[in-house]
Amino acid sequence: MSPMILNTIEVILNGLMAGVMYALVALGFVLIFKASGIFNYAQGVMALFAALTLVGFQTGQVPFSHLINVVFGTNYHHWSSGINSFLAILLTMLVMVGLAWLVERVVLRHLVNQEQIILFMATIGLAFFMEGLGDLMWGANIKVLDVGLPSGGSFWWEDVTREWASEGSEYYGMYIDVLDVWAAGIAIVLVIALTIFSQYTKTGRALRAVADDHQAALTVGISLRTIWVVVWSIAGFVALVAGIMWGSKSGIQFSLSLIALKALPVLILGGFTSIPGAIIGGLIIGVGEKLFEFGIGPLIGGATENWFAYVLALIFLMFRPQGLFGDKIIERV
Amino acid sequence: MNTAQNTGDALLSLKNISLSFGGVKALTDISFDILKGEIRAIIGPNGAGKSSMLNVINGFYHPQQGEVWFNGSLRGPLKPHEIARQGIARTFQNIALFKGMSTLDNLMTGRITKMNTNIFWQAIWKGKAEKEELEHREKVEHIIDFLEIQAIRKTPVGRLPYGLQKRVELGRALAAESKLLLLDEPMAGMNVEEKEDMCRFVLDVHEEFGTTIALIEHDMGVVMDIADRVVVLDYGKKIGDGYPDDVRADQNVIDAYLGVSHD
Ligand SMILES: Nc1ncnc2c1ncn2[C@@H]1O[C@H](COP(=O)(O)OP(=O)(O)OP(=O)(O)O)[C@@H](O)[C@H]1O
Ligand SMILES: [Mg+2]
Repeated sequence: MSPMILNTIEVILNGLMAGVMYALVALGFVLIFKASGIFNYAQGVMALFAALTLVGFQTGQVPFSHLINVVFGTNYHHWSSGINSFLAILLTMLVMVGLAWLVERVVLRHLVNQEQIILFMATIGLAFFMEGLGDLMWGANIKVLDVGLPSGGSFWWEDVTREWASEGSEYYGMYIDVLDVWAAGIAIVLVIALTIFSQYTKTGRALRAVADDHQAALTVGISLRTIWVVVWSIAGFVALVAGIMWGSKSGIQFSLSLIALKALPVLILGGFTSIPGAIIGGLIIGVGEKLFEFGIGPLIGGATENWFAYVLALIFLMFRPQGLFGDKIIERV
Repeated sequence: MNTAQNTGDALLSLKNISLSFGGVKALTDISFDILKGEIRAIIGPNGAGKSSMLNVINGFYHPQQGEVWFNGSLRGPLKPHEIARQGIARTFQNIALFKGMSTLDNLMTGRITKMNTNIFWQAIWKGKAEKEELEHREKVEHIIDFLEIQAIRKTPVGRLPYGLQKRVELGRALAAESKLLLLDEPMAGMNVEEKEDMCRFVLDVHEEFGTTIALIEHDMGVVMDIADRVVVLDYGKKIGDGYPDDVRADQNVIDAYLGVSHD
């Protein structure tokens, strides 16, 4: 194979890995949107918050230490030198469930039957709140997250692919970050697990029922409030997974909540109500933007990754507004 | 047929129920009861308040006045899902199924009040959750056989023709094994054959499970055939209540159906 083809393959693979990340964030959006019709602007901040909390637990930080120290003139920062990653993940998950419960209690419960735009604005408020809460609890400095996932380029893959290059060409092999491969693997397992859960368990069916028809769900005895807590918890879990991946890769910093905005074009492609759509949409955007940057970027000055997804989404909006897999939009008259 | 006579206990009593929407009075001072084990029909012209009555019974509407007694105790202002848990199941005039889900899943979801393993066991799908799932599956298969809908077990119900959707909705309500079953025009829009089937199912359910049923129906033939007692509403008021034959002979009822003007 010529180095050109090999390079293209590398770009596609890297695009797929980036796409997994987008897909995960989009998945969180879709889950909440389906169950409650809310476009949760805070999904990205949830990932940020989850990752911050995870590092906080891992390194044994005292939550709100800054605040406590200011108010009481103390100097606490750590209550332990750190705890096991697995335990920290479990604790973080508990925090995310608590957060879901709180969101239902404080926000959703009071806004049932409100216009979508009001619910949407409530989630914008929620995003700012969680961002501030994250800062206040764990401090605003950039943090390193390491839960023990292997990372770095794969030499094995480099060697293998070097063999593929045609004789005599100068090709040094493909670069793939092992961390990305792990991330993709974990995401696949997560999606399969969620699918099985929603197909074959009581709560899974209740989730689908609520997503399908609120009135009918109430009639068979499903409590919408309980389901909302469950859905936001699951979205919190998905956010945690996304936060771990992104955090392991680029450190935990505010920009994490910005990549969540990339989920918007993903959703426009995949449809707001389709889980497979979120995944495939994420992959298409991931691959699309990398390929575009690789092929066309140099001709037009680069940095196309910042806007490519949005332009693609715009084009999509013109031709297929319901997305690839979304329910057909039929206006009721 | 008049099981009403040998039971005597009221499962549900409505006392002086009044319900209005803004200026519209949907129900005015309505009282009647449903005895354990009977088939109680609610009839009346369009807009009489029949569906509103069912909505009060299952908690979608909260009346401004009046009391609902269920199973011997006064009921507070409960939410529909809590009322479902107390043992009231229903179907809707315009069908409210989970359209994207299969017949089987719709019925399984109908049984949700009967299932009680917590989410943790479900998540790891072990022991209790698995056993419970299989148990309930068996019950649901029984209902599927009973309603003769084996052929559409796996079909997403949104794709089914209207008549079959009505049947699946009945199945979902049956799956709850409720004490009281509310049916809002289960035969509306059906052809003669489908109507006969539905009639048979309602009677069979009544016989086999002894379920108490409240039924809204426009077809007087059907009502006279299967109801033990009938309550008649018109413009939100109760204008008749009694055995089918008596109600049919009642001058007020005849007037209401013939559209004699109200003054
Ligand atoms: N949610 C609501 N908001 C406003 N008005 C309502 C509402 N529900 C019912 N009504 C009004 O209450 C009255 C009774 O309606 P209801 O649906 O109970 O009648 P019905 O006897 O079931 O009629 P039909 O035979 O056409 O089904 C009607 O005037 C209706 O417009
Ligand atoms: Mg009606």
